Amino acid sequence: MRPSRRFLIGIHVAAVVMALVILAPFAWLIISSISPSRELLSPHPHWIPSHPTLERYRQIFGGSGADNVAANFRLAMGNSLIVATLTTLISLAVGTVGGYAFARLRFPLRRTSLFAFLAIYMLPPIALVIPLYLALANLGLLDTKTGLVVTYCSIVTPFCLWTMSNYYLSMPPDLEEAARVDGCTRLGALVRVILPLARPGLLTTGMFGFLLAWDEFLYALIFTSTTNAKTIPVAIAEFTGKYSSDFGLIAAGGVLAAVPPLILALLFQRYIVGGLTSGAVKG
Amino acid sequence: MSTGTTLGRLRRRRRRPSSGPASEARFALTLLLPAAVVVFGVVLYPVVRTFVVSLYDVNSPMAGAYPFVGLHNYVRVFSDSGFYPVLGHTLYFTLLSTFLELSLGIAVALLLNAPLKARWLWRSIVVLPWALPTIVNGALWRWIYNGQYGALNGLLDTLGISHTPHQWLGSPFLALNMVILADVWKNTSIVVFFILAGLQTIPDDVYEAARIDGAGAWRGFWRITLPLLAPSIAVVLILRTIEAFKVFDIIYVMTGGGPASGTQTIAFYTYLQAFSNQLFGYGAALAYLIVIAVFALAMVYLRILRQGRMAGVQ
Repeated sequence: MRPSRRFLIGIHVAAVVMALVILAPFAWLIISSISPSRELLSPHPHWIPSHPTLERYRQIFGGSGADNVAANFRLAMGNSLIVATLTTLISLAVGTVGGYAFARLRFPLRRTSLFAFLAIYMLPPIALVIPLYLALANLGLLDTKTGLVVTYCSIVTPFCLWTMSNYYLSMPPDLEEAARVDGCTRLGALVRVILPLARPGLLTTGMFGFLLAWDEFLYALIFTSTTNAKTIPVAIAEFTGKYSSDFGLIAAGGVLAAVPPLILALLFQRYIVGGLTSGAVKG
Repeated sequence: MSTGTTLGRLRRRRRRPSSGPASEARFALTLLLPAAVVVFGVVLYPVVRTFVVSLYDVNSPMAGAYPFVGLHNYVRVFSDSGFYPVLGHTLYFTLLSTFLELSLGIAVALLLNAPLKARWLWRSIVVLPWALPTIVNGALWRWIYNGQYGALNGLLDTLGISHTPHQWLGSPFLALNMVILADVWKNTSIVVFFILAGLQTIPDDVYEAARIDGAGAWRGFWRITLPLLAPSIAVVLILRTIEAFKVFDIIYVMTGGGPASGTQTIAFYTYLQAFSNQLFGYGAALAYLIVIAVFALAMVYLRILRQGRMAGVQ
């Protein structure tokens, strides 16, 4: 039965309305970042800037010096990129290997240890932040990217373990059996047969992990104090508190902070549904 | 070189690796050891330490001899008159944001599952708010709600709906609702994708059968789609509840808990007690209460997952 014409028009109108509600705030973020302050701070909004300017982006990328607030955004972006990338690589490596054990091997305390990892993932950071702060201080890792990577890996790894183990479960087990009949060791089967086939799962898990690390705020807020390790969410939150009227610069920083996760999400869009089903619904 | 590898492979074939339970367990331990070190090496000490601190009257970040007070910090939470309004905000935030995200999320998921042209385009649009960093989202909405220059007042003015500027974040209850709206705008996205995943497991012939039985679209939704979506809804409900219960970032950047403490949630209140008032013992006890609430929700979540899996097998 083909849907009626009226129904088709109706759903397309609804989709356009939905798109407007979603895209309007994004558009306003971009417009604010290129509008001169005079237009932003006028009693009537200039929906289309009459004198658009890229000055703020120029300040962010060209400015230098520690007191230059615009340049701080660039440094914070760099920190965020390094911290999120390292966190993702480490967590993905250990999670991919460990997840296989949960999916395919029988061993004592299997369920208990899986729950222990999941429990860590669910812990609110506020419960750990004080002793972690003191521990990092003792190790001289406060306000360092290393300190953040170490902390973030403890959150992102359980997530990678869980989604990768579910991904393995969705793969047919005869693959490894065939490989083992052919004389592969267990490790050989994992490295040479399973991992190449698990690539889509690895990429999607990596994307989710990167977004988790990129978005993290509380630990970074407490553990960092200078441009040495400050991440982009902290830089934006701090700037919002201090210079709340200079929204143009906040918007430019916000646009930059949004670019890496938005690109990743768009690239992996078609895997998200599959990733969620294997990661959470099927359990 | 190639002969060597072939020889190695042959030798291995002759001596098939033992596959007894002991060797399997040893292999599992080897595979899990790196993850265990990375996770528990970092987390174990703070988990224990926070619990210990919650039993003492610690009121400075310095190490020192603080009086042991047992469970007094926990008892104190319930006689703290500041705690109940905070609990109220948290529950209100959790219930309203989860309800809105779920109902909007189901509606949008049904829309994306309908025969739209250029479906990939609409799906890509829906993904965007989810990927926007939480702090950027908060800063953006704080700007949109700005009483003097904000786009929301500007929009109402342009459309001729209201010409008097509103202070959207200026009064406690209104501010709480506006923060919830900003949260809903971002997080409905992930709900849509969860529900969409659930919708794709419903075979088309179920609808065919219902249509033959003469069920209209509306009845079909309530009688067929919604019940079949129940496992996905349950999962997303609990995940969102847990997240909403821990909400901190968006409050920090949008309102700082104000005005008049009207948008303080439990996680934010805990942060203030520990970092502004230096009541580390009390803050630790509050943090552990959040942990207990989150774990209780997580247990329900795992139970539903297990039931869902059994239902899937049958």
